[in-house]
Amino acid sequence: MDKHIHTPMTEKKARELRAGDYVYITGTIYTARDAAHKRMQETLAAGERLPIDVRDAIIYYMGPSPAREGRPIGSAGPTTASRMDKYAPKLLSLGLRGMIGKGKRSSEVLEAICANGAVYFAAVGGAGALLSKSIVASELVAYEDLGTEAIRRLEVVDFPVIVVADTEGNNLYETAIKEYASQTTV
Amino acid sequence: MRTIYVGEITKNIKEMCIEANYFLSQDMDAAMKHAVSIEKAPLGRQILSQLQENLQIAGKDMIPICQDTGMAVVFLEIGQEVHLEGGLLEDAVNEGVRQGYTEGYLRKSVVKDPLERENTKDNTPAVIHYEIVKGDTLTITVAPKGFGSENMSRIFMLKPADGIEGVKQAILTAVKDAGPNACPPMVVGVGIGGTFEKCALMAKKALTRKTGSHAETPYVKAMEEELLQKINGLGIGPGGLGGTVTALAVHIETYPTHIAGLPVAVNICCHVNRHVTRVL
Repeated sequence: MDKHIHTPMTEKKARELRAGDYVYITGTIYTARDAAHKRMQETLAAGERLPIDVRDAIIYYMGPSPAREGRPIGSAGPTTASRMDKYAPKLLSLGLRGMIGKGKRSSEVLEAICANGAVYFAAVGGAGALLSKSIVASELVAYEDLGTEAIRRLEVVDFPVIVVADTEGNNLYETAIKEYASQTTV
Repeated sequence: MRTIYVGEITKNIKEMCIEANYFLSQDMDAAMKHAVSIEKAPLGRQILSQLQENLQIAGKDMIPICQDTGMAVVFLEIGQEVHLEGGLLEDAVNEGVRQGYTEGYLRKSVVKDPLERENTKDNTPAVIHYEIVKGDTLTITVAPKGFGSENMSRIFMLKPADGIEGVKQAILTAVKDAGPNACPPMVVGVGIGGTFEKCALMAKKALTRKTGSHAETPYVKAMEEELLQKINGLGIGPGGLGGTVTALAVHIETYPTHIAGLPVAVNICCHVNRHVTRVL
């Protein structure tokens, strides 16, 4: 089912989404990947404030290629989400409402998604040029020294994603594959 | 003896890094168009058509096909009648990568040390494989490798008793575990035989073969065909969201091995499978 959502992403909006929904996101989202997550974890461990407010926010696991002059961003597709699995449950407990990436998540993350009322979205991996067209502005927020891995605030318009894991515990990667599997033994 | 100036190598590698990241090679383009025509899942077809649109935008607006513009893997087949002048070959290759990634607006994804993890900021060094071959030409292949798929690659040190069925099972296991992480539809490069490092290198080089081409040995060709069919029966599909096209091709390379061993390496690549070859 096609749905349009605007940020901030409240728990109510998250709970209305189901695995398999095709969602167009409009509003503000943040980028963070491996190194930024490690820094955020260290920040929290030191008892300090995070550089972004994660409550009702969406984090896009993405490190862009450099922008050409006059453009907001370069190629901007998702990176593999499982590398952030170690850090995601803590952020979800702080109110993080959405994550955009690609690939499988750990059982700990899937449980935290249900427990906290959040959503894991997939964007199409390897479609960075196409996805960049839905990003209208990009601003560096924190950790500039990390280069492509810095935290950026993005303004997106109808950014296309698919719900993989929802608040009810459904997981599209598992159900969709079963539908087309004829090779059941490995 | 033929002289090649290393500056020529730098210039070509710079251009090849850029070309590989903005334009899909002809063989991969044909494989992706074929995938659209045979995918049965509606969502799978929708994703494949988005990937077609992505390729058009990349070439037209000069935006890299994928933001992960890879670590540059460079194969050099150096004819033994070639004499290189003008500096060190390794430096010339890395200078080409530096210029390509900087001037080509490509992402700098390389860290100087695997544990200290400080970005080198120019995507160097490349991973360079040298081979001395017959003749007086230098063949360069640039294959920028993204790590979504690289991370899902595997090596299996099987026993001779595991045989061909054990090999097939290992390859299917690697692909199934890779699933959506490796940006399917993928290309599966396989090395069988040799030693631990030789079979990994064969698997990598297999990815640079013309997509969909087959091994010359009849039983290896038969394995490539059978495995492609079985992989596509896993149901993973485009983007891992279900479908009948999980892989575009399976390329297998073999080499003599030890009486006690049966190494199998599976190097998985995404649907971009960048590779550009030039002969100097």
